[in-house]
Amino acid sequence: MSSPCRARLLLLAASALMLGACEREEHHSRSKPIGETVPNGASPATIFPGGSAPPPLDVRAKLYDNNANAISTGQSLYIQMNCVGCHSHGGGGMGPPLMDDEWRYGGRIDQIASTIAEGRPNGMPSWRGKLTDDQIWDLAAYVRSLSGLPSKDAVSSRSESMSAATPETLTAHGDIKNSDTAQQ
Amino acid sequence: MRRRVSSASSSLIAVLAGCLSLTACNKNSTAPSSSPRVYSGLGGGPHALPPAAAAPADDGNWTMPGKNYAATRFSALNQITPANVGRLALAFSFSTGTTKGFEAPPLVVNGTMYVITPFPNYLYALDLTKPGAPAKWVVKPKPAAASQGVACCDVVNRGAVYDNGKIFFNTLDGQTFAVDASSGQVAWHTQLGNIQRGETITMAPLVANGKVLVGNSGGEMGVRGWITALDEGSGKIVWRAYNTGPDKDVLIGPRFKPYYAMDRGKDLGVKTWPPDAWKIGGASVWGWLSYDPETHLIFYGTSNPGPWNPDQRPGDNKWSTGIFARDVDTGEAVWFYQASPHDLFDHDDVNEIILADIPWGKGRRAVLFHPGRNGYFYVIDRRTGEVLSATPYGYINSSKGVDLKTGRLIFAQDKEPKPGRVTRDICPASPGAKDWNPAAFSPVTGLVYIPHINLCQDEANSEANYISGTPYVGADVKMYAGPGGNRGVFTAWDPVRRRPVWEIKEDLPLWSPALVTGGNLVFYGTMDGWFKAVDARTGRLLWQFKAGSGIIGQPISYRGPDGRQYVAVICGVGGWAGAIVSAQMDAGDPTGALGFVNAVKDLPLKSTAGGMLYVFTLPR
Repeated sequence: MSSPCRARLLLLAASALMLGACEREEHHSRSKPIGETVPNGASPATIFPGGSAPPPLDVRAKLYDNNANAISTGQSLYIQMNCVGCHSHGGGGMGPPLMDDEWRYGGRIDQIASTIAEGRPNGMPSWRGKLTDDQIWDLAAYVRSLSGLPSKDAVSSRSESMSAATPETLTAHGDIKNSDTAQQ
Repeated sequence: MRRRVSSASSSLIAVLAGCLSLTACNKNSTAPSSSPRVYSGLGGGPHALPPAAAAPADDGNWTMPGKNYAATRFSALNQITPANVGRLALAFSFSTGTTKGFEAPPLVVNGTMYVITPFPNYLYALDLTKPGAPAKWVVKPKPAAASQGVACCDVVNRGAVYDNGKIFFNTLDGQTFAVDASSGQVAWHTQLGNIQRGETITMAPLVANGKVLVGNSGGEMGVRGWITALDEGSGKIVWRAYNTGPDKDVLIGPRFKPYYAMDRGKDLGVKTWPPDAWKIGGASVWGWLSYDPETHLIFYGTSNPGPWNPDQRPGDNKWSTGIFARDVDTGEAVWFYQASPHDLFDHDDVNEIILADIPWGKGRRAVLFHPGRNGYFYVIDRRTGEVLSATPYGYINSSKGVDLKTGRLIFAQDKEPKPGRVTRDICPASPGAKDWNPAAFSPVTGLVYIPHINLCQDEANSEANYISGTPYVGADVKMYAGPGGNRGVFTAWDPVRRRPVWEIKEDLPLWSPALVTGGNLVFYGTMDGWFKAVDARTGRLLWQFKAGSGIIGQPISYRGPDGRQYVAVICGVGGWAGAIVSAQMDAGDPTGALGFVNAVKDLPLKSTAGGMLYVFTLPR
């Protein structure tokens, strides 16, 4: 086999890989022609009387879902906007857990975006007007990542939460002093 | 003379033995068991007694959570005794229809039992004169559903109170209701809190001298803490005192005479904060009030300052994490003592305040007992606010003691959370050596029966942003069992000799209040649903009953219309400690429920959510 041929094959393989990685790493400019609104049609309902179909996934979903930039921006917002205060790092608190596989109001990214934007009656605030629609989509992308829905290569490997290092139950208190200065 | 010396030395030996066994207990990691560790016998001589004016003779009713203004949680009824409690049997039960944390006691007034539920705060009246105690009526106050989203630690309610023909209670969305006790008609309701600012109300009101006293919750939401007095007849606001801000808002005037220099000065509620931080500084009033009818003073504790992250609020953060004494009629502050100036660990000072008169020289001294969240059992002169003693009743490494000259808590510097690092092995953890669930005080034994917890934590802080109506915390916390591995402790404490008399290790954190009776029995519940009766003198387990859900509610005892003694408790796991069950959290995140999830990951297998009243009596 000639070497130019092998090079061509390699190039083909590399570009195939890059194609897959493209959407994951893409940065979207804010001036996309798609209107920057949170979906109205993302109902959490699953019964559609008369046999009508569930609404199609919002066209913007693919810009944010599985997108590393959106997930990482959402992760920062999750801390800054106090989502963490209610939902902790996914385990829940004043609000329900987000890392499990139960979705009260739907687990599709457009349904999550809609929940963040509109709020829900048992205590979820409505963030429309406080966050931009772009930020709401970023947050929705991060919330999905908490329950392991997006592919792993899109999710930041750096956790924002406290590292765990000491034993769960302390049996010999005197021995632990050294770890007090452990860096996060 | 010779005799006195020998008794002094024998008590010294007892104290030494107590210290030794405490140390031994720290190193011992055997599995927790219900067999009590006895430290010392009941000492002879005079012991503490509640003031008669605040703890009148028992009429067999139970009209307020604390039983009386002295908050003794003592029932003088003595039909049920250590000798016959083994035969205690279920008389009737009642499903509350709720699945959230049930912290409230039932009330009993002249043949009717009143049950206030967690959100949605239904009030049931049960007819004790009829077999099976059928419901007479129910009041549904319909609090705003959104209030559930701004309640920090489950949607609990800590109780109703009866006075002068009416039942008074608060709703999660910040209202106070007055209901006619016989008809169930709403007499008045007053909106006091605003959920848009993160305010809820979870505490039980206290009614004293014609005033209904109510405080807000929301120390984790950046609220500005207050206590309000409503006119008992009309529900109109008589006075409101804030716990932060300028003196005029705090109702600090010429009568204010704090004992320690650290609490004296103009507008400390402003000056001990960064600019404007007092407006969102917490110091709420979600715990317990007591009242001294002789001096017309109410006593209550204030919550943690906000946010938890201490770097955002340099200063002493007055008037958070301390005790106020105020005139019940005017609200004027009379004294204040700050247990944790510049709180580092969310050590609210809202725990119960038990009024007592202790032997002092040749006479007695009017004091209050306060098992604080920071781990010290405080004995404070209730006329002046002077701390007479502050003795650890649990394991503490986050502070080195209380300086009785200045009144200041001496923090351990190596446990101070610093930005950019994780501070490990902080004891006690944020819920303290003891949280909200009150101790009981027996005038028979002179002992205080303290249900409490043994947890430590790791903590990492970050800058909290204030957005009204959302949490204002700035801390990641992970809790776990403290030394010994047991997460709960039940201690019989001698407040005069300042030492434990006996102690029971419990596997799970103790989140239920205690009841002590004239029959020398102590009742308490565990989060896996055991309702226990132990001997008040020895701690020996004499009887237990397994409830359908974990118990965090307060047991009471009353005389039924048939003249017999009954004991009642309501189960329903939840609250901060049990939110992993009642709010169905995911144990995979150790920081869930402000870090409590990590300490009780096993709870979902040991208890399920529910709400059920159980009433027990001796078979005829």
